[in-house]
Amino acid sequence: MENLQTELKHKIIEVLNLEDVSVEEIKDTDPLFGGGLGLDSIDALELIVLLDKDYGIKLADPKKGKEIFQSIDTMAKFIEENRTK
Amino acid sequence: MKKTDICTIENSKIIVNKEVIFESQSKVFSEFAKEAYKSLELNYPKFHKMDNLSKLAFLASEMILKDGDHSKTAIVLANKSSSLDTDFKYQESINSQDNFFPSPAVFVYTLSNICVGEISIRHKMQTENAFFVLDEFDEKFLNDYSEQILESGKAEKVLCGWVELYQESYKAFVYLLTN
Repeated sequence: MENLQTELKHKIIEVLNLEDVSVEEIKDTDPLFGGGLGLDSIDALELIVLLDKDYGIKLADPKKGKEIFQSIDTMAKFIEENRTK
Repeated sequence: MKKTDICTIENSKIIVNKEVIFESQSKVFSEFAKEAYKSLELNYPKFHKMDNLSKLAFLASEMILKDGDHSKTAIVLANKSSSLDTDFKYQESINSQDNFFPSPAVFVYTLSNICVGEISIRHKMQTENAFFVLDEFDEKFLNDYSEQILESGKAEKVLCGWVELYQESYKAFVYLLTN
C-alpha cells in the first residue's frame, strides 16, 4: 500500500504538471483539493482518466470522485479494492 | 492612440521595449518557456498546466502587465494557426481505438482564445476581449478594433498583438495601447 501511495504521488505530479511540487511535500492524508496543491475541476477529470488508464477502473459516477480523491490514502484504498490491472 | 510597452518573443529571446530581458540556448519552445518562467520568477504554478500557445501569450503579456492595475484593460490578440498545435496533440490522444484516453486538461486548450482567458484570470480582468485568426499580422486591423473599444469607454487600455505558435515555430509581438 505504501508503494502505491508513493506511485500515486509521482503520477499525480506528472499527470497534473505540478512542476513546483515534490513527492515529499504531499502527505498521505493531505486534502488533494482545496489544499496546498491548488487542484481544480479539470484536475479531477484527469484523475478519473488516470484511474481508467493505469488501474483499469472506470468511474461510472463522477460524483464519487469527491470521496475517492479526498487524499492519497483514500485514493490508494479505492484503487486497491477496485483495480483490474 | 499611443503604443506604450512592447514585448517580442522569438528565437528563444524575450525583448521588452528593445531590451533583451531573457535569452536561452534552448530551441525547444516548452524548455525555453520553462527557463523563462523560472528566470523571471513569475511564481504562477498554473503556468505549467497551460498549452504552448497560452504559455507564449502569458509570457508576453506578463512582461507588460506585471505592474499596475488592469481592471480596465481589454485584450485583443490574433494569430494564424489558432490552437492547431494543441488540436493535433489532442487528436493524437484519441487516435487509437485500443488506447483511447482523451485528456480533459489538453482538451480545454483546443480553442485559441483560451490564452486570453489565462491572461484575464491572472490579472483579474473582466473586460472586453477578442481573438482573431488572420492570415498574417495586421496591425492596422487590430489597432482599429482596439480604438473602437477605447472610444466606447469600455476600457482605458488595450493589450494588443500577435501570438503565433505551431510546433517549434513561434512569435509573439504584444503591446499596450492607450488613448
